[in-house]
Amino acid sequence: MSVEIRIPTALRAYTDSAPKVSVEAKTVAAALGELVERHGDLKRHLRDDQGRLRSFVNIYLNDEDIRAQNGEETPVSDGDVLMIVPSIAGGGPGTDTRKR
Amino acid sequence: MRISADELARMHRFAAHGYPHEVCGILAGKRADSEVLEVMPLVNERADSPANRYRVDGLLVLRAEQDLEARGLEVVGYYHSHPDHPSRYSDYDREHALPNMSYAIVSVMAGEVSDTRCWRLSEDRSVMDAEQIQVGASPATQER
Repeated sequence: MSVEIRIPTALRAYTDSAPKVSVEAKTVAAALGELVERHGDLKRHLRDDQGRLRSFVNIYLNDEDIRAQNGEETPVSDGDVLMIVPSIAGGGPGTDTRKR
Repeated sequence: MRISADELARMHRFAAHGYPHEVCGILAGKRADSEVLEVMPLVNERADSPANRYRVDGLLVLRAEQDLEARGLEVVGYYHSHPDHPSRYSDYDREHALPNMSYAIVSVMAGEVSDTRCWRLSEDRSVMDAEQIQVGASPATQER
């Protein structure tokens, strides 16, 4: 199953500037696994120390968020497109506060 | 990171107008030269904690970036404000930062812009390194 993974600008430094990478996989997890196997420096920016996708990393399978499907266990088919779509987030010090 | 005095002033106006809430947006320009030609504000979604958090959904960021690309601009980085806090990055900023991007932070104290510093995530994600901001000529005198 050949799947195309679209790489966002910030992470293309780790794919030799390639905006997309094709991998052979049957699930989203396997596709991402193949991606980081080939481009190891990507891993720390996609996953936290526990191996979970970082909170700002969104994965879309053919324009649908995998969270609305079966997460990383979502199956993929030949010709599918996976998009890595980072949200931007941050903010000042301290924990979340109530609106003032 | 290089930015014109006019675009830096626009970023400061957005930050001051948004006080006491955080504002955020994209720094667009030429990545190869680390040059910001346009500051593009985005809407902060963190209505639950707007004084010290910002977030913009990935698809909205992607659409904005595609619009910029259609105009020949690239994403150089992002900016946000720190109301009543220094322009140093927070742990929360670092944990949510993307590599290979400039992060400008505008400190707004009591409604007035205090200072702006720029940061870049280290490869191991342990710190954000200070990046110098060079303020250049206004766009009126630059080739855009």
